[in-house]
Amino acid sequence: MLSFNRVSKFYKVGTFGGKELAAVRDVSFDVNEGEVVSLIGESGSGKTTIGKMALKLIEISRGSITCDGADVAAIRGGAVKSYYRHVQGVFQDPFSSYNPIFKADRVFAMIRSEYFADMARSEWDDKVDAALRSVTLEPGQVLNKYPHQLSGGQLQRLLVARALLLDLKILVADEIISMLDASTRIDVLNMLAELKGRGMGILFITHDLSLGNYISEKTVILRRGVVVEMGATDKVFGNPTHPYTKILISSVPQLHKKWADVEAEIRARGGDDAGVCLYHRFYRPMAQVADGPDDRPAMLKVEDDHYVGCFELGQGVCKV
Amino acid sequence: MSLQVSDLRVYYRTLAGDVKALDGATFSIADKEIMGLAGESGCGKSTLGNSLIRLDGRMKYVAGSVKLDNNELPIWDNSAMNEFRYRDVSVIPQYAMSAMNPTRKIGKMTAELLESRGESFAEIRPELLRRIDLVGLQRDVLSRYPIELSGGMKQRMVMVLSTLLDPSLLIADEITSALDVSTQRAVAETLVSFRDHGFVKSMIVITHDVSILYQTADTILVMYAGKLAEKAPTKTIIQDPRHPYTRMLISSLPEVGIRYANKKLSGIPGSPPSLLNPPTGCRFRARCPLAFDKCAEEPPFVKIARDHDVACWKATGSDA
Repeated sequence: MLSFNRVSKFYKVGTFGGKELAAVRDVSFDVNEGEVVSLIGESGSGKTTIGKMALKLIEISRGSITCDGADVAAIRGGAVKSYYRHVQGVFQDPFSSYNPIFKADRVFAMIRSEYFADMARSEWDDKVDAALRSVTLEPGQVLNKYPHQLSGGQLQRLLVARALLLDLKILVADEIISMLDASTRIDVLNMLAELKGRGMGILFITHDLSLGNYISEKTVILRRGVVVEMGATDKVFGNPTHPYTKILISSVPQLHKKWADVEAEIRARGGDDAGVCLYHRFYRPMAQVADGPDDRPAMLKVEDDHYVGCFELGQGVCKV
Repeated sequence: MSLQVSDLRVYYRTLAGDVKALDGATFSIADKEIMGLAGESGCGKSTLGNSLIRLDGRMKYVAGSVKLDNNELPIWDNSAMNEFRYRDVSVIPQYAMSAMNPTRKIGKMTAELLESRGESFAEIRPELLRRIDLVGLQRDVLSRYPIELSGGMKQRMVMVLSTLLDPSLLIADEITSALDVSTQRAVAETLVSFRDHGFVKSMIVITHDVSILYQTADTILVMYAGKLAEKAPTKTIIQDPRHPYTRMLISSLPEVGIRYANKKLSGIPGSPPSLLNPPTGCRFRARCPLAFDKCAEEPPFVKIARDHDVACWKATGSDA
C-alpha cells in the first residue's frame, strides 16, 4: 500500500548549507494492508525522517514514496487533503501535540471542519463515540477536558482516535509508546494490534526492540540512515545476521535472561564466525565496494523474507 | 547495614494542600547492595531518592529518620546535609547529560568541584585518570568542554565525577532512560562495576524499566502511590512476586520473544490515585483484581519470607 522505493534524504548543514548530511540513504520497503512494520534504530538513524517523508512533512531528496501507486511527492494542492484522509501520523510527546489552552477534543472539531463540514451533529457525535471506543476510551472520561486533565496514554489514544475519524489506511506511529508508563504502554500497543486486524497498515517507529518484536510482522533495522537488516520479524529476531543487529539484540535488557547469557547464546548460534556477517563470508571476496553511494551492495537475501546489507566497517564513503 | 530508612514521610507543598508523595517508607540497604527502585511515574520513587540527598524548596520533611553507616542523616537541614553530600551520599542526576557546567573545561570544573569540598585536585588526579580509563574514556576529556562529548560519554564522565570521593551511598535517578539500547547497557554495566571496584558501598537505582533492574540490581523495591509495595531479591520479584501490583506490572512488560500473535499481554486498568487526598486503606485497592473487604484497612509492610517484604493482605495470608 505504502511503498518506499530507494528513498534518500539529504539535509544541508554548515555555513550557508555548504555541506550535505545524508540522514536516510537508499531505503526501500513496503507497508501493506493489515501489517505492522517496525522501523527500529538508535537516535540519529533516520527513522523519524522516514516517517516525516511518508507524511509529506519534509521533501524527499531522492527516490520515491508511493501510496496505492500514486507518487506521494507529486501530490499537490487539493489532493494533499485527500492524501491525509488516508495517511496520518501520531508523534512521541502527547503533551506537546496539543494546544494546552484549548480542550483536547478540539482536535476532533478541527477534523470535522476540514473534512466533514456538512455532516449532521448527531451523526458526527456517533462517529466520534465509535472512534473513541475503538481505541478503548470511555467518551465521558475524555471529552470536554483539557490536556492536563488527561494522562499521557489517554492523550495518545485520543490522537489515534482523531486519525480514525478519517478513512485511514496508513498510520505512522512515531515513538508513540516511549513517553508512556509501563502499565499503560501495553494497552496502546494492543490497540495498535487491533487496528492492524481491521486492515490498517502501521509504520511503527521505535528504538525499543521488544516493542517492535511484540506487534510487528515486518522489521526494518536502520543504522545511520541505511537499512542493515530487514524481513519477517521472527526471522530477524530469531536469526540476526548483521553484526549490528546482533549487538542491538544482545543489548536489550530482558527480564529472564542476563546480558551475559544472551551473548553466549548468540555466539553459540553463530559458530566460530560470530561478528562477521554473511555478506563478508560469502560475497565480499567476489564484489568490490566502489566509492559511490549508489554502488553499495544491494540487500542480500539470507533466507525467505530476510535481507541483510552490510558494509565493512570504516570502509568506503558509507563509514557505517 | 549501610542505609536504614524508617517511616520517612516527605510531602510537596502546593496551594491545594500537601501532596503525600512519600508516605511512610521503611527499608534498609545492606553493604554492597544495589537496590532497584521501580514504579510508575508519580509513585514517589524520585522523591525518595531526592530526599536522601537534597530536599528542594517544594518538599517538606514530615517525619522519619535516615541512618547511613549508623550516622543519622539530617535530611531536614539543608546546610547540615552539606557535610554529607558528595562525600557520603552522592547522586547521578536524571539528566546527567546536562549536569556539567558548559562554560568550563571538564578538568577545571572537576578541580573546582573538589576544592569546594576541601579536597586537593592534584592528589586525586591520578585516581581520576585511572577511573576515566576504566569507563573507557580518553584521558584528554579533561581538557575538553562538555559540548565536545557525546551523550553517552557525558553520562560516563558524570558517573566518574559523582563517585570520585567513594561515597557510601549512590543514588542513580533514571540514568538510562534517555539512552539508546547499546549505550544503556554500557552505562548499566559501568554502574555495577563501580560497586564491584568498591567506589561506592551501596546504590539505589531508580527507574521505571524493570528489565534494566533485572540486569543490574540485587534487590528491587516496588513503590505504588507513595507507599512501598514490595521488596525482595531481584530474582524473587521477577519470578515469584507476591503483591498484585508487582505481578501486573511485570506481566505487562513486552519482551523480545513475546509476540502479540502468540501471547496477548494486558496492562493495569485504571490509573493511580491522586496523592493530594489519597484513599484510605490499600492504595492499589481500586485497580486490584484481588481486592476484598479487608483492603479498606491499610496493609502493613511486613516480612513474609527471608528478605521479602510485602504490603498486601492477600500475600501475608491474613485474608480470612
